[in-house]
Amino acid sequence: MQTTALYKTLGLAFGAMLISACASKGDVNEGAGSTVAPTATEQQAEGTNAVESAGLNGEALQAEANEAQAALREQTVFYFDFDQSTLKNEGKAALMAHAAFLAANPAASVVLEGHADERGTVEYNLALGERRSMTVRRFLMANGANGSQLKVVSFGEERPVMMGHDEGSYSKNRRVEVKYQSR
Amino acid sequence: MVKHSLIVLMWLLASLSQAELLIEVTQGKQSAIPVAVVPFSWNGSSPLPEDISAIVTNDLASSGYFRTLGTASMITQPHQLNEVIYADWSRLKQDFVVIGTVELQADGYAVQFHVLDVHQQVEILRHRVKGKASQLRDLAHYISDFIFKKLTGVPGVFSTKLIYVTTNRERTRFNLNYADADGAREQLIYSSRHPIISPAWSPDAKKVAYVSFENGRSEIFFQELATGKRERVVAFDGSNSAPAFSPDGTRLAFVLSTLGNPDIYVMDLATRKTERMTDHYAIDTEPQWDVDGRHLFFTSSRAGGPQVYKLDTANKQIQRVTFEGSYNARARITADGRKLVYVHRANDRFHIASQDIKSGLVNILTSETELDESPSVAPNGSMIIYAASEADRSILAAVSVDGDVKFRLPSKYGDVREPAWSPIFQ
Repeated sequence: MQTTALYKTLGLAFGAMLISACASKGDVNEGAGSTVAPTATEQQAEGTNAVESAGLNGEALQAEANEAQAALREQTVFYFDFDQSTLKNEGKAALMAHAAFLAANPAASVVLEGHADERGTVEYNLALGERRSMTVRRFLMANGANGSQLKVVSFGEERPVMMGHDEGSYSKNRRVEVKYQSR
Repeated sequence: MVKHSLIVLMWLLASLSQAELLIEVTQGKQSAIPVAVVPFSWNGSSPLPEDISAIVTNDLASSGYFRTLGTASMITQPHQLNEVIYADWSRLKQDFVVIGTVELQADGYAVQFHVLDVHQQVEILRHRVKGKASQLRDLAHYISDFIFKKLTGVPGVFSTKLIYVTTNRERTRFNLNYADADGAREQLIYSSRHPIISPAWSPDAKKVAYVSFENGRSEIFFQELATGKRERVVAFDGSNSAPAFSPDGTRLAFVLSTLGNPDIYVMDLATRKTERMTDHYAIDTEPQWDVDGRHLFFTSSRAGGPQVYKLDTANKQIQRVTFEGSYNARARITADGRKLVYVHRANDRFHIASQDIKSGLVNILTSETELDESPSVAPNGSMIIYAASEADRSILAAVSVDGDVKFRLPSKYGDVREPAWSPIFQ
């Protein structure tokens, strides 16, 4: 549990660094990962140790950041409280990673599948599931994803993952599943 | 309230073994009328395909309005009027006796039956019905309807039908079924790997509307019962659900949600033109026509949790209807327009409640079942069928609108959900 939390924090930190780096000095990081980099380095061959080491450093950072982001994206199910469609804090880091991925990959798209537990009425739960998907959609869009990449669908209480009639099952059934259609 | 368990008699099990659902009366009216249905005589050499008098007995018992007498307790079993010894039935504390004969004739089966008043010692009803072998069960329900109407003053609903959804535990198979109101003669009318919800009858009972997820999202389909012909009717961008036919069958109320905002719409079925009825950021869903065909009851979360509201479709004025408790949803109105029935949460439990339209008085009708949902009112306003959770499964149960009569329709396997009681067939 603790290591996961630490990992997430690190991932967030790297992610944040990466994003700020991209924003301020795009060329450094872009160079690190592309085929243009060697040419650029060659042209400035003399006395450019600092730049080169910064480039290498950037490459390492990005690899780690990518890994951390990928790890965060492994979380694809997000849970909600009864009769609520408010996003819980615990899922936000992972959703930011999904948003970043979608922003960086405009061809990627996801279906956001909303679900409810079995308590209450079928149609109200269908609406509730949709509300939950919409919350996730809004969060992803606020963090860089494009609306056209996000499809919203609700299955209400029709597709539970746990069959029990207790809070243990209910809490797992009140969820939004992020399902990639293309990456 | 006297609780008695009228578990269906063993000899009935044989005739009902085909049915997936089996009625168990768990609570009857204290004032249930004692009635003896004497096994009808039969002049054929081989047994009748259906035991008509047994079906009539079961119908009357399951209504909760009657307490039927077991055949073993009968002193005599008369078939003709002149064979009836009233003193015997009086001794058995019976109010009414039903006797009858079944004859095979050239053009089918003929059933003649008599209803006798034990106290007055008179025949109060005599009727003769005919049908083919395949219609014997229909004949029996028809007879039950006749007797029920005569003795209670309320039309019987034994000839009506149910549609409901059954699913396997894994929720990988969804079946839409059609059956007699007593659960017998179940027929599969549509099957899908994808969820099916919210079945609703057209007022002429010729078709049903329901929501299917077969195209990856919720869309409304119509299906003709006689032909099985399906038509996708409401499939706008977004989520389409909760169909409800207007009392005259010309309009369909439904829910359309584009980008997460469910609102109530009405479609004119002749022109397929739609009109938006609500426009609120909260959840608006589960529209149901009032008997006047002008107002719609619906569920809305505009006050926080779900509550029932009433909308005037002429001027779109809205007023709140339910006030007790934090969860009131999926309202249904009785045919006389006097009572609203809905899902009500109290003490974290979901039950079926009725609300008197005039006085606003709320009466919680169920207590033995858990997670009650999807109430549907019988067309005579006597009973409400609903889905409930029992021993890890979803079953159908029924309760009378006054809460006095209760029965269950447990299935042999899987979950049974979303019942819809048909109109009375004309």
